[in-house]
Amino acid sequence: MSKAFIAAAGAALIALGASGFAWSEHDDDDHDRKGHREAKGLIARGDLAPVTNARYRAECGGCHFAYQPGLLPAASWAQVMGTLDNHFGDDATLDPALTAELLAYLEGNAADRNDRVRSRAFAARPIQGEGPPRITQTAYFQRKHDEVPARYVKDNPKVGSFGNCQACHRGADTGDFDEHQVNIPGVGRFED
Amino acid sequence: MTVKPISVFALVVGLGLGTQLVSAATGDDLIATYQGQGAGPFSAAAGARAWTTKHQPEGAGEQRSCVTCHGTDLTKPGKHATTGKPIEPLAVSASSERLTDPAKVEKWFGRNCRWTLGRDCTPQEKGDFVRYIQSL
Repeated sequence: MSKAFIAAAGAALIALGASGFAWSEHDDDDHDRKGHREAKGLIARGDLAPVTNARYRAECGGCHFAYQPGLLPAASWAQVMGTLDNHFGDDATLDPALTAELLAYLEGNAADRNDRVRSRAFAARPIQGEGPPRITQTAYFQRKHDEVPARYVKDNPKVGSFGNCQACHRGADTGDFDEHQVNIPGVGRFED
Repeated sequence: MTVKPISVFALVVGLGLGTQLVSAATGDDLIATYQGQGAGPFSAAAGARAWTTKHQPEGAGEQRSCVTCHGTDLTKPGKHATTGKPIEPLAVSASSERLTDPAKVEKWFGRNCRWTLGRDCTPQEKGDFVRYIQSL
């Protein structure tokens, strides 16, 4: 085999890889499913940007899974942080300076302000229901979980709630919500 | 071999002193704070009783106690009543960082006393809880 051939083949492979990367980076929310498939083959863009703010992790993650900012659009985070005195039934008030700091972090990395395919999907449609917006009320979340029976989640004492992401999504804390790493306690792997 | 009584005495005194010097347990600074607020003396037994006492704060569906989230065995993990998130054991013997950060302790006393009792805990109640948590 000639050196020239090897060089040409190598260059072609690199170009292929680069084009795949560029394609998945620029995928938009309307093409989520396609983008997700693309992501699996080439580069894992199906994940969410992980939590990087230690104070957010400590304060909000003290009571529940530290939901990635990319799970809700900026306006929804503003609603959540503006109603902490009645946070889904609990008083989760923080001092004003800390509230503002955490809101800035959430807004800056919100679903509609980052380029991850899955984040864009969360921001694609208005959120249903009254009161503070719930991630579980987004159209994308509901579409992804509509085949999961209540006995696996609400009636499963080891899970209890759809808000308890990491009980089933074992990679949730790193932002990996790929269904291939879902393992439901007492049930096992689940693929729809 | 005979042991001189005086040296035994010295040994006992020395051990006693040594124990005293190292016995400033995790959380004793909190106890000092509550004493400074006029409370005390504190007892682990009182803390244990208050631990399981049920309350019905306004707006709560079911009765609440410390047990609701932390369980009855403080050396074991608890579970958040609403979200199901695991809670590290409270006992210092099981989680070494417990009671080491006064600001964190105050924050959670504030939040959890209001949720459970519908009011802030008194310095006396906090001191009893600290003694209980230390004792396990």
